[in-house]
Amino acid sequence: MTNFSRRGLLKSGAAMGVLAATGLPVAAQAKRGGTLRLGLAGANTSDSWDGRTHSDSYMIMCAHGAVFDCLTEVGADGALKGELAESWEASADAKTWTFNLRQGVTFHNGKAFGADDVIESLNMHTAEGAKSAAKPIVGSITEMKKLSDHQIEFTLAAGNADFPFLLSDYHILMYPAGMTEEAIAQGIGTGMYKVDAFDPGVRTVMSRVDSHYKDGSAGWFDSIEVIAINDSSARMNALMTGQVDAVNRVDTKIEALLNANPNVNIFEVTGNQHYTFPMLTNVDPYTNVKVRKALKHAINRQEMVDKVLLGHGAIGNDHPIGPANQYYAADLPQNDYDPDLAKSLLKEAGMEGLTIDLSASDAAFSGAVDASQLYQASAKAAGININVVQEPADGYWSNVWLKKPWCACYWSGRATEDWMFSTAYELGVPWNDTSWDNARFQELLLSARAELDSDKRREQYTEMQALMSAEGGTVIPMYANYVDAASSKLTNSGTIGNVFQMDSSRLMERWWFA
Amino acid sequence: MKSVGGIILQRLALGLLTLFVVSIVIFVAVNLLPGDFAEAILGQGATPEAVASIRRDLGLDQSPITRYFQWLGGAVTGDLGNSFAQANFASFAGTETGSGLGSVATQIAPRFANTMFLAMVTAAIAVPISLILGVLAALYRNSAFDRATNIFTLSSISSPEFFLAYILILFLAVLNPILPSLSNIFDGMSFSERLERTVLPALTLTLIVMAHMMRMTRAAIINLLASPYIEMARLKGIGPMRVIVRHALPNALAPIINVVALNLAYLITGVVVVEVVFVYPGIGQLFVDSVKIRDIPVVQACCLIFAAAYILLNLTADILSILSNPRLRHPK
Repeated sequence: MTNFSRRGLLKSGAAMGVLAATGLPVAAQAKRGGTLRLGLAGANTSDSWDGRTHSDSYMIMCAHGAVFDCLTEVGADGALKGELAESWEASADAKTWTFNLRQGVTFHNGKAFGADDVIESLNMHTAEGAKSAAKPIVGSITEMKKLSDHQIEFTLAAGNADFPFLLSDYHILMYPAGMTEEAIAQGIGTGMYKVDAFDPGVRTVMSRVDSHYKDGSAGWFDSIEVIAINDSSARMNALMTGQVDAVNRVDTKIEALLNANPNVNIFEVTGNQHYTFPMLTNVDPYTNVKVRKALKHAINRQEMVDKVLLGHGAIGNDHPIGPANQYYAADLPQNDYDPDLAKSLLKEAGMEGLTIDLSASDAAFSGAVDASQLYQASAKAAGININVVQEPADGYWSNVWLKKPWCACYWSGRATEDWMFSTAYELGVPWNDTSWDNARFQELLLSARAELDSDKRREQYTEMQALMSAEGGTVIPMYANYVDAASSKLTNSGTIGNVFQMDSSRLMERWWFA
Repeated sequence: MKSVGGIILQRLALGLLTLFVVSIVIFVAVNLLPGDFAEAILGQGATPEAVASIRRDLGLDQSPITRYFQWLGGAVTGDLGNSFAQANFASFAGTETGSGLGSVATQIAPRFANTMFLAMVTAAIAVPISLILGVLAALYRNSAFDRATNIFTLSSISSPEFFLAYILILFLAVLNPILPSLSNIFDGMSFSERLERTVLPALTLTLIVMAHMMRMTRAAIINLLASPYIEMARLKGIGPMRVIVRHALPNALAPIINVVALNLAYLITGVVVVEVVFVYPGIGQLFVDSVKIRDIPVVQACCLIFAAAYILLNLTADILSILSNPRLRHPK
């Protein structure tokens, strides 16, 4: 792997094929059998089988990736396919969606799956008192009409071409109607693996169901044991000593040690996870587009990828759409490190020798303080004095982010462009961390949302990315890779999903023992 | 002087008072930590409304004094309450059931049992080895053996626990794969398997507690070897080993018992780092996880258990030293 330029490799977006050629065995034929043992970070004593509460990798892997199913699924190649829904179609204004559900599917307790389960599972997110992260998605549905046992019609408040994509979200799991509490307590889903034992924050044991609609295309392990290992060194040790077959969140500082071990392979993909430096565009001096541009040219992105991410990432271009998005504009002009340009931009703005504060803490992302100091050094050459203010990690998101005019932040990215933009860049949304208010951007956002023509959407989303890259209020120096590692006994189809870590959290379904 | 029973009662009463003070200290300390459960759980998604609503659900919006006395009232009647993780879950889901998490007591019980198991395995290894090494070191004092034992135990106690743990993992799990580096024991495991997985953390803890016990044994015995009655025994022609075991050791028991008890208490309260490194599902790991999310009821319960372990073992040590000393056992 080290022979390849990681940047070129990962920027290509076709990373998976190359990765397969550089060490991960390419599968000939998948085969059943064996017990998969995983050591995963991101476990908490507060874990449960309630998809609405999921936010960390351990439960996302277990619930979304093995025990439960959604209506739709993003394949390893990034294409959307049906999971519990077989097919769907939209009205011309993308407001009315008809979903045909898969027939003959049963939950682990024997109950047959049908339209009622979908309606009740979706309603869980908007129930009184529920604080689901998927509330905005489900909240956009104004009416759910059961056409037959296996057909549902959704009416949305406004047209949304991404609606089927949104239903693949890991929060929106399908539970059996009338017994959701029991299902949440015991983990009763329609997934390929059923729960044998579950100890929150400690351990989960699952076994393969006898027959499943994905038979022949996924679900190769007979049983799975998932061990919660939040401590990074313990997780790496467990993999190195063969106690587990795969781990997530590899500590890149020990990459050399892992590479030296012939029984272990690192696999990494560049997804949408990105680190940002948002400025409040309604606070001086960031109201001035030239100042924002100068700051974008005063940062050495490649140096940051090399030193903060130790090479495990790709440079960003100041817009939040990443390689795992459908309409990622890879060939926009790159904002690069150009201190002279930055200097002249500041001169035009009449702000030579600008002195500004940058608030940072490692709560924003691991290495955020180091990254800010690198920024400080590179900006010095452009005559910008960045004063790095180290903020306490506790309460960072409440006291610093959205409050200080310029700070460090991270986004895990979103599966669709609209979702990402409307989470953090739409006018008036609570997480608009740059107070971004651009009439053209807002107009494009609304029209692209309801546009079903893929070519037109690509055009619109490309323009939006270009707008943000040129004038937007956030500096996005880099995408951080998802870096995981597995025993060389494990293998896969050669294509690794990049929506989330561990093959888009589907490793348990998609991989097998060679 | 009071009878042994009186002493026990008095010490227990003092112990309760200590626990009460400890609970106040813990409560204040946890509340001084920046951030709270709501902020820790919500992370980047901490909008003011969401934070306020979780605080309201958990009663975190009430004054700390009210919360403390509510908690104390429950604790006195044996109800340690529900963890925030559990309470928040119920409000999150909009229902009261289905979390799979129980009250603080049911959450801690299995973890505490695991920690006790680890402590017992460690004690079974560490106490006999330290005593034997101590006696031998006293017997062959100032010899090469004595020096080597001292250097070894002192260097192991001076190293940080995680460092010892990694050294042991390196030699016993990576280079010579004889023991598992993961100690994830669980219910339904056979005893031998459980034991095998517990050996590495137990060895790490052994290295840490050994020096204290071994050196105290050695010092206490050597201290007595200068006494006239030992000289008398020697003059009678008794062999050196017998002099130490029969004549010196019984009189040296009090300080040894004290240091053993202190170290046993450490095995319960000081296991946090070792449990995290070996992924051992004991109370230490639960403690770390709970501090991370500011789950005050669990943190407090853990601290109380730690404090109670110290108090009880110290009490046991005092009682045993009294019983081992006829002068204290039969006060004039």
